[in-house]
Parts: sequence; C-alpha cells; structure tokens
Amino acid sequence: MHAPDGFLNAGTALATGAISVGTVGLALRQAKHYLLDRQIPLAGITAAFVFAAQMFNFPVAAGTTGHLLGGALAAILLGPHMGAVVVTVVVLVQALVFADGGLTALGYNILNMAVIPAYGGYAVFRLFRRLLPDTSGGAVGAAGLAAWVSVVLSAMAFSIEWLFGATAPVSFTRVFAAMVGFHVLIGIGEGVISALTVGVVLASRPDLVVGAADLDRRQLEDRRRTRTPTFLIAGLLAALFAASVVSQFAFDDPDGLERVAEDTGIVVSAEDHALSDSIFADYATAGIENEAVSLAVAGVAGTLIVLAVGWGLFLGPRKRPGRPAAV
Amino acid sequence: MSHSVTVTDLHYTYPDGRQALRGVTFSVGEKERLAVLGPNGAGKTTLALHLNGLLRADQGTVRIGDLEVGDDELVGIRRRVGLVFQDPDDQLFMPTVEEDVAFGPANLGLENDALASQVDRALAVVEATHLRTRVPHHLSGGEKRRISLATVLAMEPGVLVFDEPASGLDPAGRRELINTLSGLPITQIVVTHDLPLALELCPRSVIMDQGRVVADGPTRELLGNRELLARHRLEMP
Amino acid sequence: MGAGHAHALYVHEHSVVHRLAPESKLVAAVLFIVGVAITPREALWAFGLYAAVLGVVLAVARVPLRFFLVRLLAILPFIAFAFLIPFIASGERVEVLWFDVSREGVWGAWNILAKGTLGATTSIILAATTEVPKLVQGLGVLRVPAVLVSIAAFMIRYLELIAEELGRMRMAMASRGYDPRWLGETKPIAAAAGAMFVRSYERGERVHSAMLARGYTGVMPVLGRSPAEWGDWLVAMTIPLVGLAIAVTALVVT
Repeated sequence: MHAPDGFLNAGTALATGAISVGTVGLALRQAKHYLLDRQIPLAGITAAFVFAAQMFNFPVAAGTTGHLLGGALAAILLGPHMGAVVVTVVVLVQALVFADGGLTALGYNILNMAVIPAYGGYAVFRLFRRLLPDTSGGAVGAAGLAAWVSVVLSAMAFSIEWLFGATAPVSFTRVFAAMVGFHVLIGIGEGVISALTVGVVLASRPDLVVGAADLDRRQLEDRRRTRTPTFLIAGLLAALFAASVVSQFAFDDPDGLERVAEDTGIVVSAEDHALSDSIFADYATAGIENEAVSLAVAGVAGTLIVLAVGWGLFLGPRKRPGRPAAV
Repeated sequence: MSHSVTVTDLHYTYPDGRQALRGVTFSVGEKERLAVLGPNGAGKTTLALHLNGLLRADQGTVRIGDLEVGDDELVGIRRRVGLVFQDPDDQLFMPTVEEDVAFGPANLGLENDALASQVDRALAVVEATHLRTRVPHHLSGGEKRRISLATVLAMEPGVLVFDEPASGLDPAGRRELINTLSGLPITQIVVTHDLPLALELCPRSVIMDQGRVVADGPTRELLGNRELLARHRLEMP
Repeated sequence: MGAGHAHALYVHEHSVVHRLAPESKLVAAVLFIVGVAITPREALWAFGLYAAVLGVVLAVARVPLRFFLVRLLAILPFIAFAFLIPFIASGERVEVLWFDVSREGVWGAWNILAKGTLGATTSIILAATTEVPKLVQGLGVLRVPAVLVSIAAFMIRYLELIAEELGRMRMAMASRGYDPRWLGETKPIAAAAGAMFVRSYERGERVHSAMLARGYTGVMPVLGRSPAEWGDWLVAMTIPLVGLAIAVTALVVT
C-alpha cells in the first residue's frame, strides 16, 4: 500500500500531510513523556524490527503470501504513541531511501500505514480486551481481532482519500468495495500473525506488552484457549461473508449498494446531490447515479475511522510497574 | 585525583527477585589491573554495572577515588569510569565510527576542533585511524572491539571496566587486545571467563561465586589452586 | 516491497551529484517531484522533458542503467493497477489497439504511470547518490524534529543486524524441515517474530545503558556537521527550477 507520487491529487496530499504531521507530532510528545530518555534507542531498534518483519512474507493459502503491516502490533506492544512513531519512521525511510512510496505521497502513506493502524488498532484492541476475558488468552484474541480491523480501517481510509482526490474515473463505490473486500480477507493474515506474536512475547516478557500491562501473574498464566479459537473462527467466517458481499459490488453490480440502501429505506434527498459536487473529486463520483448513497458509505466509514483513531489518541498506555534501577 | 576503586559490602537484588550480589568487597589500587573471575551467574556483570552507576546498590558502597557512586554527579562518575560492554554492537550505535567515538566526549561538552582531536587520539591508541568513516555494522569482530574501546577511551577515563573483552576474538585479535591493554596506564578491571587472559594481563584476581567474593589474591596463585577452581566451576585449559 | 541492503541502494561514485550536500539534494528532489505532480497530464511534452532531465542527472551521476531498472521494479504493483484502470473506469469509451476502454481511464492511467515513475526515479537517484547516514543527517539540517531523525538513524544502524538475525532464524527453521503452506502453519513464524521482538527490545535497553555509560542525558549531542555551501544549493536547485519552469509552462499552455 505504498502509493507512488501523483496517485491522489495535490489537495489530498496536502490535507493528509497536515493531518499526519499533526498526529505524529503529538505522538512524539506523548511517547517521550512515557519513555523519557529511553525513547530514541528503543524506538529506533523496534523500528528496525518492524521494518525487518515487514520484509519477510508468510504463506496465506494456495501459494499466495502476505506481508505484515505491523501498525496494530506495534501499538499493542509499545503503546499507541510509540507504535505510531515507529511505523512512521519505517514508512518515511522506505520512501526516502528505498523509493518505496512517493515522497509527495507521504501524507497519505503515513496516515494509512502508521497513524490509522496504530491508533485505530489500539482502540479496537482495548475494546476487545473489555469484551474478552482478562487473561493472556483474551489479550491474544483481542490483538488478532484488532490487527485485522486495523487493516480494514486502513483500506477504508484509502478509499475515502480516493473520494476526495481520485485522479482516474474509477468510482468511489468500486474502489471502496474492492479495497475493503480485499483487505477484509488479507487482514486475516495480519490478525493471525499479530495474535501469535503477542502470545509469544506475553509468554517470555509480559512486561514488554504495554497493552497487557494490567494483567497480573495469575491472569497471565491463564492461557485457556477455549474462547480464542471460537472468536477467530467466527471472525474468519464473518470476514469471508463480508468480503463476498462487499466485493460483489465492485465487480458485478456497482449500483447494488444503492439498491440495498433503497430497499432498507434510506431516504435520499435532492439537497444531498448539490452538496456533494463541491469538494469531492469528480472522478470518484463519476458513473454513480445516486451519489448520496456512496457518500453515506463514506460518511459511516469515515466516522468509524475518526472515532477509532481519536479514541486511540486519547488512550495513553496504562501505567506499568517501575522498571529496574538504571537511571 | 585518585583512580582507585573500593567496593564495600555491595548487595543488589533485581526487580524480579533474583539476588545477584550478597556482600561484595574488594579494592583495586591506582593503575592496578584486576581480573574478576567466576562461573556464569556469579554476579560479575551485575557488579560491573554498579561501577559506573548504571545499577544502584541496595546496600553497600562503591568509591572511585574519593568519590562515592550515588545519585548526583553521575555524568562525572561515567567520565571517570569507562565501561566496555560485552557485545560491541550494543555500544556502536551511531551511523559512523567517527560519530561513535565522538559521542562520549560530546556529551561532556567538547565541540569542534577539541572534539575532533579527541577522536583522533582515541582512534590512534587502538590503531584504528583508518576506520574513521566506516559504518559499524560492516566492521569485523576484532575491529568492532577496538572501536568499542576507542569510544570509551575518548572520554579519558581513569578506570576501565571490561566485560568479556576477548570473547569472539581470534588468537591474533586476542594478542592485540592484550598488548593494547597492557600499554594503557589506567586502572583496569577485567570481568572474564578467559583464565589465560587473566593470567597474562592481571597480576591480581578475585573469584566471585553466588554474589560473593570467595578468593582474592595473586592470579598465579589462584589459578594454580586446582581445588579452589573446581569448587567454583572454573578450569584452566 | 524491496528489501535489500543499504549499500545496494547506493552507487559508489564521485560525481558532482554525489558531492552535493544531502539537504540540498533532498529539497531539490521534493521540489522537482512537486513540479511533476502538478503538471497537467495532457502535456505529454512536459513529461518527455522531465524524463530527459532525469536522464541527464542519471548520466552525470554515473548510475548504471541496469541498476536503475532493477530498482524501478519496486513500483511494479502500481504500474499493474494503472494498466487496469482503463478497463474498470467509467465514462466515454474509446478504442485503443484491440481494447474497448474508458477514455478518461486511459488518461488517468497515463497520469499515474508518468508521475509515479518520474517520482520513483527521482527517489532512486537521491538514494543512489547519497549515503544513508548522510541522508538522515540532511533531514536533521532541514529541521525535521531531531527525535525523529535520531530514531531513523538508530533504525538504519540496526536494520541489517536485525534483518540478518531474523533471516538466520528462518533458515534454521527451514533446515529443520519447516515449510509452511498456509496460515494455519505459521505459528513458528510468529514465534520467531515474537522472539526477535524481545531480543530487539532487550538490545535497545542495552544500547540505552551503553549511551548512559558514555554520559547521555536524554538529548543527542550535536556532532560536527559541515553545513551545505551556497554552491551546493545553486547546483542542486537548477533541477527543480527547470522542472518548475516546465510545470508552470504546461499549466499555462494547456
């Protein structure tokens, strides 16, 4: 998902750039507050770890392989602020040094691959921690689900950026359906690997999982796996179902979404049409008869993302017991 | 300013409950070289970390000359006591050798020309001037060890503490290390498994086991006492 | 995503381009790409000129053609997507060769193709003529927050080490017959990743101790950095100035 230069228009590049700069600035300040003088070496070396982990692929099925995005994992292990900083540095260096992603595309690349997965993923993680039992098994399950959702949020964000800044006449509905459908499936890999990795770290150095800092020894030892596989299987089925429904609109039936909306009684008024012309890229709304529906989808998705990221931003890592005496 | 080291009744327990030091007492005179020997888990590395204040004792004191290692003046202590870690990759963390060697003196306030000449001097002592602009990751094991030493020497310490300085070195590298260290007129404490190294380099040794000093005397004598060595899981090759 | 070692990105030469201060090259690269990005896609001549300009820089910097093309492969996924666009886009249809595609789609695909390739080329030239530590230093000079720059520097320093360790772990697993075919068999991979994270973190703590042992108090010391001379800026900025001139002309004329 490292978009090259010119993929989205200038306005979008600037706007996402501003958002990224703002959130990363905040993240830096918060991370320092928590880590003090350990920040630089720890963030740097864990960034190297994330970068290295992204380089290796894992099998998904039938010969296809996937790569880790790592934003949610970084946030769960290091806390949302440090997680966001770490992945931002990775994306930055990838663009600057490896020509992986355009330099003018950094605004949306950082937003999609660092900010949203780290903060959004962490918020979703905390949500699932509340729903799942307070044990290491529960934390592992929450991690997997959060990582999966973070990938989907990222895809949604990309589609919404396309709505504002498309440079080719592929409709928002199509892009949204394809991106989200595809990533709902791909995200499963991210979820599984993230969950397993968190599990391993919890087993050897539980103090290194900021997101599980509240678990005491007894809870950590409780590695009952009974509910986690159930959730994973349920999640998998839900993912497959969602992916098939959503992607149907991309390839078979671009207007199917409207029909669903009309069937379920979403009322569309004429005023919405007028509003929608101004800031959205003509391209992204081209070929859609009922713009209001696609904008409703964008609205819901956008709200979800903003809620998740906003909540993640305000959630600091939980207080953890004092570290060894080193100054 | 004296650079003797006096350790008195040092106790330390790690946060996870492991009691690493149970009353360690010994001293090292100015410009003396002392080896700290002992099996794994004896507390040797833990002791080393106390000598420059990275760890703070639960009980007991560490004195460098007349200065007690405590909460204030840590930078001053760290200027006097240079610690060379076991893994060179842990202490070569800057993008180039030059910057690594400059890191320490720069923290002490040196700048520009003064800084540059300090770097020159340190590199010259370890005979690594030609490695100045290299990237640490691409150096050989022996080169990394030399540069690690340079990074600490650049701060002009009065006491040098080494944690396993010869591990991973080939015989030539080992010989170089012994030559370099013998030539440094600085108080040295060498924590090591390498008994022949201790014999060659350090006239005096202490043996640690289970957080205590169990023997203190001329290296030759200690290492000649096979029973003593066996009791503490040591063996001369 | 390209892996590769840092020294595989850099071409060891002594050209004019190599000698320029990194911050000047960074600014030049970004400004040039901005010019490319704002150029209307219909101005085909402009893109030809851009390619020519970059070609000259590549030649002056003595970057081997093969090296450049291999590096360009990194943008292959987006090239593929660009080629797909005319087929899935909406709007007025037109016939290209033997395909019936969207007219606007073809233009959109060209837009992404041209700008993406030119952008990637600029980045490749930047990396080929500037050693990574210098590049990171250049960021610092350009007032990118010092903490971010230091973190990036540490990341780059330890990247190869960690990637190698991870690679060795994978090799050890493979030599013990581990050959996962699908997601359900990936527990060992995650175990390796988890172990690697712990090792990396612990190394981070040791590095921090080593920093403290050499007097670190939380702020990275300022180490002598020779600032770019005016001459460097003059030379470097010719490229984006030419680029922006082309862009403005294109905007006005189209």
